[in-house]
Amino acid sequence: MEIPFAITLDVGTSRSNHTGSWRVERPVYVDRMPPCNDACPAGENIQGWLYHAESGNYRRAWEKLVEENPMPAIMGRICFHPCETACNRVQVDEAVGINAVERFLGDLAIEKRWSLPIPGSDTGKRVLVVGAGPAGLSASYHLRRLGHQVKLVDSASQLGGMMRYGIPAYRLPRAVLDAEIARIVAQGIEVELNHVVHDVERERVEGKFDAVFLAVGAQLGKRVNIPAGDSSRVIDAVTFLHQVADDDPPLLGRRVVVYGGGDTAFDAARTARRLGATDAVIVYRRNRERMGASGEELEQALGEGVTVRWLSTVNRFEGEKMVLEKMALNAEGFPESTGEFEELGADALVLALGQDTDLSLLDKAPGVNIANGVVSVEQSMMAAPNGIFAGGDAVPAERTATVAVGHGKRAAHGIDDFVMGREPGVKDRHGLATFDRLNTWYYADAPRQNRPELERIRRQSTFDEVIGGLDEDNALFEARRCLSCGNCFECDNCFGVCPDNAVRKLGIGERYEFDYDFCKGCGICVTECPCGAIEMVPEKI
Amino acid sequence: MTSQPVHFYQVGSFAVGNRLLADDQRTVQSNPNRANSIDSGHRACQGCGEALGARYALDAAMRSCDGQIVAVNATGCLEVFSTPYPETSWRIPWLHSLFGNAPAVATGVAAALRVKGRDDVRVVGQAGDGGTVDIGFGCLSGMFERNDDVLFICYDNEGYMNTGVQRSAATPPAARTATTDVVGPEPGNVFGQGKDLPRLAMAHDIPYVATATVADLHDLERKVERAMAMRGARYLHVLVPCPLGWGSASNETILLARLAQETGLFPVFEAEDGVVTNATLIRRRVPVQDYLARQRRYAHLFGSHPRPDVVERIQAMADRNIERYGLLDASDQQVSV
Amino acid sequence: MLRQIEGSRAIAETVALCRPEVVCAYPISPQTHIIEAIGAMVKAGTLAPCEFINVESEFAAMSVAIGASATGARSYTATASQGLLYMIEAVYNAAGLGLPIVMTLANRAIGAPINIWNDHSDAMAVRDAGWIQFFAETNQEAADLHVQAFRLAEELSVPVMVCMDGFILTHAVERVDILDQATVDSLLPPYEPRQVLDPADPVSIGAMVGPEAFEEVRYLAHLRQLDALVRIPAIAEQFAHVTGRASGGLVNSYRTDDAETVIVALGSVLGTIKDAVDIRRELGERVGVVGITCFRPFPAHAVREALRSASQIVVLEKAFSVGFGGVLSTDVAMSMHGEQHVLRSVIAGLGGRPITRRSLEALIAEAVRGDLPALTFLDLDHGAVDRERTRMAGTRRSGPSAENLLRDRGPVGAAAPRTES
Repeated sequence: MEIPFAITLDVGTSRSNHTGSWRVERPVYVDRMPPCNDACPAGENIQGWLYHAESGNYRRAWEKLVEENPMPAIMGRICFHPCETACNRVQVDEAVGINAVERFLGDLAIEKRWSLPIPGSDTGKRVLVVGAGPAGLSASYHLRRLGHQVKLVDSASQLGGMMRYGIPAYRLPRAVLDAEIARIVAQGIEVELNHVVHDVERERVEGKFDAVFLAVGAQLGKRVNIPAGDSSRVIDAVTFLHQVADDDPPLLGRRVVVYGGGDTAFDAARTARRLGATDAVIVYRRNRERMGASGEELEQALGEGVTVRWLSTVNRFEGEKMVLEKMALNAEGFPESTGEFEELGADALVLALGQDTDLSLLDKAPGVNIANGVVSVEQSMMAAPNGIFAGGDAVPAERTATVAVGHGKRAAHGIDDFVMGREPGVKDRHGLATFDRLNTWYYADAPRQNRPELERIRRQSTFDEVIGGLDEDNALFEARRCLSCGNCFECDNCFGVCPDNAVRKLGIGERYEFDYDFCKGCGICVTECPCGAIEMVPEKI
Repeated sequence: MTSQPVHFYQVGSFAVGNRLLADDQRTVQSNPNRANSIDSGHRACQGCGEALGARYALDAAMRSCDGQIVAVNATGCLEVFSTPYPETSWRIPWLHSLFGNAPAVATGVAAALRVKGRDDVRVVGQAGDGGTVDIGFGCLSGMFERNDDVLFICYDNEGYMNTGVQRSAATPPAARTATTDVVGPEPGNVFGQGKDLPRLAMAHDIPYVATATVADLHDLERKVERAMAMRGARYLHVLVPCPLGWGSASNETILLARLAQETGLFPVFEAEDGVVTNATLIRRRVPVQDYLARQRRYAHLFGSHPRPDVVERIQAMADRNIERYGLLDASDQQVSV
Repeated sequence: MLRQIEGSRAIAETVALCRPEVVCAYPISPQTHIIEAIGAMVKAGTLAPCEFINVESEFAAMSVAIGASATGARSYTATASQGLLYMIEAVYNAAGLGLPIVMTLANRAIGAPINIWNDHSDAMAVRDAGWIQFFAETNQEAADLHVQAFRLAEELSVPVMVCMDGFILTHAVERVDILDQATVDSLLPPYEPRQVLDPADPVSIGAMVGPEAFEEVRYLAHLRQLDALVRIPAIAEQFAHVTGRASGGLVNSYRTDDAETVIVALGSVLGTIKDAVDIRRELGERVGVVGITCFRPFPAHAVREALRSASQIVVLEKAFSVGFGGVLSTDVAMSMHGEQHVLRSVIAGLGGRPITRRSLEALIAEAVRGDLPALTFLDLDHGAVDRERTRMAGTRRSGPSAENLLRDRGPVGAAAPRTES
């Protein structure tokens, strides 16, 4: 219609008024490091794979997961999940059950026979990996993805290292272990078992390897000098668990004392129970707060009838009598002798006091620096300039499978740089997505879904897996509890809350962009972003 | 019937949208093809709650009647910032007449549509709190009483912000405005005055009365849709914080609306035929000072000469609302405030 | 059809023939009979389709009309006096928005003192609002003017007010020829708005216009009113052609051909003036009358032409600008600028004071003699005024003048006798 002058106006005319000129600060979208990712020793992009799991696209989630870690079904069982400790959701209700979802994805992948990504195109470079534990397997996988040929050797008769020989089957069923290892090997890895490397430098040269990754683990159980009678049965936990894994368990009798307070001690005690021990007693010189094992492990062990003698040391072991000394913690928290003793009937003593690494294979390797029984490495995991890299329990770090997986990945990239003649790249890390950046109002109250536990009676006599998996409903629920800290998950808040319609929605997976022609810089989008993925920056003058 | 919250355990229940929600569970605002009834380029202040509230409400109304809307607007911020010659921000047919007559003008529009048999076109009247509770109340009451087929929306920012922040009958006690200065023994607006428009509306026994805030989009949109599903006089009272008049940070507009609700100072409820049918429960109760202290209009209650006695009186108002509307889940633990 | 009918009823029936779509009103004497009748027709279904809205105030009445008109509905309301003043903000607004609302104004005085009887103070109070203002001399003309008003309003997108004297016309029962529907339809095509609230073609009506365009908006409104000065005679001519009856137009002259003294007036008083003129003519006085039918826009040119031959102009009006004098007089004076005329103002009939033929005859005689002062208050009780002035000079708290004057006059009209304390 022909409208009257001035008093009547046509639609759309206000768009010629670019209110963006009012702005002194502008909002920008950012990606921040979620605390779970930050805490993951394996360097998983947890938020990234949960993002896909949330939508029920488990395949995509799993693919995202195995970009960093090829063993989710294993890690979903044995990882001590520092991600959950770091999870921001702890401050809302409880941490997201990341580990449980990881296991769900891992198990689903095994069930569905999903394949790992196709290896990279061949670089013609050859890498020797010594040790087929988590570090060696991880390194082999990543090296294959980078297109390098891999020869994986291990002294044992089966692959898996400590995952097979240190972790009991009730925590990690062998079918799961075998499935994930087989999938890695299927990436085109040359495997040689029962192969003990005595001189790594010689094997490197003779095998014409461009690099070597040492992941020999810490297979030697530490011994302490405990007076013991000749008839007393004393065994170290590593050997004990290895023999059990080889289906050749030693006879320990009905009353087994395990000395130590780490996960291995609990594994040994729980294994002893399953082998028929009526008494499985852990003797630990510190108290519960200071033990190395996880609280979960303790709870499960107690549930299976394992008992613990806190603040005690094994003084001597004579025949069927074990003498313990009571300890007290001093001001610094160190245990000190009290001079009080007590006796305990025992048929065997299992020493779970830590492990050492056998590094004799490096005796003739030039340029390798060994200190405190472990190999010194650079950030890239390089141990010697001629292309020897090391990781896992053989280098200074926390000795867990997850750390080892991370080492394997990092070493693979270090080796890649080395063999391709590149300077090691430095990766930028995003700033941490701290809790104070979140607007938790927008997250619905959602209690954590816990995994089922095997009934006690079966846990005392069989090696059936103790912790069950989540069903799909629970896994999906749990995935959706993720706050997506620091990373846009397309909740449309910014798009909705802008009083100036200055946010454009780009479509699923494409996120949003600001229309700076109209954004006045009020900052509501920043305040109302649930996950802290927007920040204000000053306008340039 | 109480509303059924969307149970979507990440954010679907509270955020604007979510890539994982079914379309019918998403808000109108999450739709990239939403009407944007009020377009970019308007001259509202940074962080204006009214600009936001108007788009929220009108876009929802647009969706519920397939874009067949005519809006009538009272004089005020919304009118001034949206239609300064030669630019309008409205993408819908829109009429501004006067400050105090929007409800009557809306009645006229509705009458014209009815006589022309255009039942498909719906009328929305809108005004700020001044245009609703003060100067427009006569016309509004008449519109209610006749049960004219108009949805009237009050965007309540608790004062005459357009003219420079003067007191209205919706200005809360103790608040500083240009006409309730922070001088004398009882600084700010006086206690015991003001109009509770939603309850006055209910007293007309009109089909639908509801309150909402810009902090709870799902609730607001649901109420607009509920209102649009009815005929006759309907009233929606939306709290829209005003950074300028409240002395708040421009980024805290929605936060303040949320706190107003979560303190109990602004009860969010709905009523049909004069009877309250539903109250939105407080989810995370907070003491009133958490709300007050973020606004310079209450700065005189804190600072070097704090007035805990006044804060306590305001808390008592919140407590009374909580009791009147049953704003706490009975199973909830009483939070100490 | 010629009928013996009350003025208000004639208006109601004629408005109904105009097919109004929205009628809204708030009762105020002496407008009530008009809207009562229309309301009854709508309720009975004889006027359909039409929405009749009982609003809560005149402010709402005009506002409803604004909304309805902007939505493309032919809209009508009626008011008077205080009611007009109560809606005045919306009256200006309707004109500013260019909405072709038609309103009957049953002219009535404005309080205080409250007074329900006729004068033109109400119409004069809104003469600058931007409305076209017609003044009807008879109920026939009042009825006819409503048809022309809708036609004009919608053609130009300007609101039109048809002023008719309260009680004198609204409540007078006399012969009126009520047109038939076909005739009205032929004079008044369906309303096609210049602008309309339409979801299919959305616009924003009622923008805030600043200094950069406000004057232009006002000037355009002025031009539309000037256009009306052309359209009004044309429409009246068409009306006459169809109905055979002269109604409306800008001005009408009576016995002015050789008149030396011409009386100018608005509305129903013209009839009495014409009677007085006839009598004075018989006495040989060369007097005539010019009635102004269209007060806004003021037809300065037509007025000037009508008065050109006169040497003395007496403007008799039922309103005045306190502290100055006649309102119409000022407009006539402006129109006659440059001409050599004696111009006299007579204020008469305020608050319903009867303007008798006898008084008018005396007035004409005085004028013809050349004795009429510049400003005259017809039939003013100077004694009452003097007594009150004396009272006011003598005591500070002399009380309300209106009450005092009534007390002086004794028990008449609505005033109850009061005992002097």
